[in-house]
Amino acid sequence: MNIVIMGCGRVGAQLAELLEADGHSVTVLDTDAYSFRRLPTNFSGTALIGNGLDQEVLKKAGIEKADAFVAVTQGDNRNVMAAQIAKHIFNVPKVTCRIYDPLRQDLYQTLGLDGISPTTIFAHILKEKLES
Amino acid sequence: MYIIVVGCGRVGYYLTKALLDEGHEVLVVEKNATVCEVISDEMGSICIHGDGCEAATLDEIGTGRADMLIAVTGDDEDNLVACQVAKHKFNVPRTIARIRNPANEIVFKKLGIDVTVSSTNVILEQIEEVVPTHPLTHLLTVRDKGLEIVEVKIPSDSTTIGKPIKELSLPKGSILALIFPKERKPRVPTASTILQAEDRVIAITPSESEEALRAALRGD
Repeated sequence: MNIVIMGCGRVGAQLAELLEADGHSVTVLDTDAYSFRRLPTNFSGTALIGNGLDQEVLKKAGIEKADAFVAVTQGDNRNVMAAQIAKHIFNVPKVTCRIYDPLRQDLYQTLGLDGISPTTIFAHILKEKLES
Repeated sequence: MYIIVVGCGRVGYYLTKALLDEGHEVLVVEKNATVCEVISDEMGSICIHGDGCEAATLDEIGTGRADMLIAVTGDDEDNLVACQVAKHKFNVPRTIARIRNPANEIVFKKLGIDVTVSSTNVILEQIEEVVPTHPLTHLLTVRDKGLEIVEVKIPSDSTTIGKPIKELSLPKGSILALIFPKERKPRVPTASTILQAEDRVIAITPSESEEALRAALRGD
């Protein structure tokens, strides 16, 4: 698959590494070139500096031919907006993003945007661990 | 009307003042506590410290009964989310977003935001209007009908000068509404009205026919 990842933080970089190991073609976007230090030294995908909210940047990242798009920047709103652009403007088949705020994640789920709230998931994992 | 304003930077500040002056019930949501204090000191307790994108905050301030939410923070993504939450969670009938990147106008429209105001485009339009060489000026966009109200200047080298309007090949759906001749009073054009040099023509046109209308009026 051709996969575009927006945000090269710890999650974005690790996801890129995992996907590449599985043989996918990965492009990682970040506004700060310094973030790319997190990518493995033998990363053979594309690392692109730019704002994923800008449609021109997304096109440069190959969004038009992407099979999947994932937004994992620090900002919920940025992730939500980029994911919606990927889904509704570029018709990327598989779109997901991180939404820290559970209420916002819930709302966007009802609007058909498949977001993941690490807050909810992590809280549940902790609860299980504490109660076991 | 009960109007919620999200973001109290310079735009939010003056907008809030203007809305209050018009007699509306206004509530401002602002992330920065210091700004909130300043607003409350100056305008009374109309500012809530919080995140206007958060459903919990919007719930607290009774967004359910709001007639309108206007998001004017400096970030397009925050304005989008504030409007979407207001619209889909609280059924606010009218949501207005400020946008920085003019390209986002299409995105926001597609995502159901009622009205967008692009400060960049507004400035561009103002400049168009004062630059005399510019042949076509946008006066107003009627978005729900896909129409533009424009002004076309007829320069003295236009081949249409001296011709009656019925001889012009105006694009389908374009209507000439008013003509401002250089020296005389404005008049409503008829089929036999003759175009004169330096006329300013106000017309209504489908957005996609703008260029064709300009060409038809100037004869190029």
